Amino acid sequence: MARLQPNGPKPTQITAGRIGLYVFLLVAVLFFSLPLYTMVVTSLKTMDEIRLGQIFSLPSKLDFSAWATAWSGACMGTVCVGIRSGFWNSVLITVPSVALSVFVGAVNGYALSLWRPRGAKVLFGLLMAGGLIPYQIFLYPMVRAMATIGLYNSLAGIILVHVIFGLPLVTLLFRNYFVSVPEELCKAARVDGAGFWRIFFEIMLPIAVPMVVVVSMLQFTGIWNDFLLGLVFAGRDNLPMTVQLNNIVNTTMGERTYNVNMAATILTALVPLAIYFLSGRWFVRGIAAGAVKG
Amino acid sequence: MSMKRKTNLSATLALLPTWLVAAVVFIGTMAWSINLSFTNSTIFPSSSYVGLAQYAKLFSSVKWLASLHNVLIFGVLYVGGCLLLGFLLAAALDRKIRFESAFRTIFLYPYAMSFVVTGLIWQWMLNPTLGIQASVRSLGWESFVLDWVVNRDVAIYALVLAGVWQGAGLVMVIALAGMRGIEAEQWKAARIDGIPVWRIYVSIILPQLGPALAAAGMLLAMGVIKTYDIVVAMTNGGPGNATEVPAKFIMDNLFGRQNLGLATAGATVLVLGVIMIVAPFRYAMHMRSKAKGAC
Repeated sequence: MARLQPNGPKPTQITAGRIGLYVFLLVAVLFFSLPLYTMVVTSLKTMDEIRLGQIFSLPSKLDFSAWATAWSGACMGTVCVGIRSGFWNSVLITVPSVALSVFVGAVNGYALSLWRPRGAKVLFGLLMAGGLIPYQIFLYPMVRAMATIGLYNSLAGIILVHVIFGLPLVTLLFRNYFVSVPEELCKAARVDGAGFWRIFFEIMLPIAVPMVVVVSMLQFTGIWNDFLLGLVFAGRDNLPMTVQLNNIVNTTMGERTYNVNMAATILTALVPLAIYFLSGRWFVRGIAAGAVKG
Repeated sequence: MSMKRKTNLSATLALLPTWLVAAVVFIGTMAWSINLSFTNSTIFPSSSYVGLAQYAKLFSSVKWLASLHNVLIFGVLYVGGCLLLGFLLAAALDRKIRFESAFRTIFLYPYAMSFVVTGLIWQWMLNPTLGIQASVRSLGWESFVLDWVVNRDVAIYALVLAGVWQGAGLVMVIALAGMRGIEAEQWKAARIDGIPVWRIYVSIILPQLGPALAAAGMLLAMGVIKTYDIVVAMTNGGPGNATEVPAKFIMDNLFGRQNLGLATAGATVLVLGVIMIVAPFRYAMHMRSKAKGAC
């Protein structure tokens, strides 16, 4: 991404236009931040306070009991163990999926851009097409295939599925990155007698560390936030947090405990938000790289 | 065997797993699904072919037609809304604003969250008895109505609102990057000619952002076709069929109602939809692959 340099004239005095500009921005800030604020204050209220229907009011006193319930006691149907297990499931699914898909994608990008063996163009085209197609067309045969190899409804199975469906984007990002690496670097290493793998591990991977970070973050948020694949392939014992969250909120019997629901929702969003707020610039870079495809 | 041949063999071997994925998953399973859509499969795949009967059944299904209608409305408003709001935010931030990076962070954070989270937040905000509606009424505006989630006629707009809230930041980032890439000379020249700022943005900046905004629009449009999680979380397709979407229709028939043939027919229609969105875009942006020597 290019360095962000503001252009346009320097403002000299406060004009009606400038005031209008800031008003617009402040209204936008309200629109974007109110839902988050509402979530947080709702999660800290008691149900009695919530029933007053003052969604924007601050809680009378900080009550963290809804958080405790959301974490370890909220009910999914008749099972009341909270969203804790979903959190650990998401960790167990996401970490290996990201590591594997980033590694395979980096090797792919490197091989496709710097070696270009026979059929590389065809493979890349197939991958890009595969990445655009809605998952629904793959689901049923994938379920059958996973069942055949004994991985349906297992942790290994959902990880494999995430790696497979992550390949197009990850390969594309690494290919675009390695295309800009001068091939002389590679050629010089060849003259010194290094082969395919040695060049990859000793030269290309170290060069690509920034890209590895960007892609890992993009994949991490993407896989953590996945709902559909987890629902279909993970199985009851490995349901990711997003699926459990939806079960907690949308399958309750009787009165909804909004404070617990909101606490569970925040907990589910916490990891991607932490990644985003702690490394905003990298995250933005990943989005920009992923958006400007082709 | 020469060195060159050997290393190229390594490259081919390294790509083998990906070849396998492309052939088996991306081509094989798709072919299998499309093939199923021409059979009368229900719970289990059957091999008795019924031609286009599943498609005929699909397009006479009230739920499917409603979901197409909904996704069209949602798609146009969501993509349009994200592009418009994203562009406006980018243009505002481009005007040498104080605390720009804080603003940027606030506008983009929803994009980092899951659609399930977005759906649940807005379900709560729009809750008619306890949400925004109740708060505004208690301020004294007794007739204030914001019952989008439970009102059949406007439920789809609740999805649009939540979607734009999540996606506008993406467009802002892309548009802002494009604006920062435009030379200052153009600004100087335009200002000397006395063209008002808003005209510069509309007539000079906007055309140059065309490709970037088109890419963002396509990304969002792809998301529209896949719309599923946000609907499940926010409205579950209701009230009635007001927020049913094709992806959900397919999932329901695939795993709930066990109508394999009908579900795969629906999925095939979705794939055709993607091709219709992508093909013109690809044609316009015709991939210019850089000529580059191999290692």
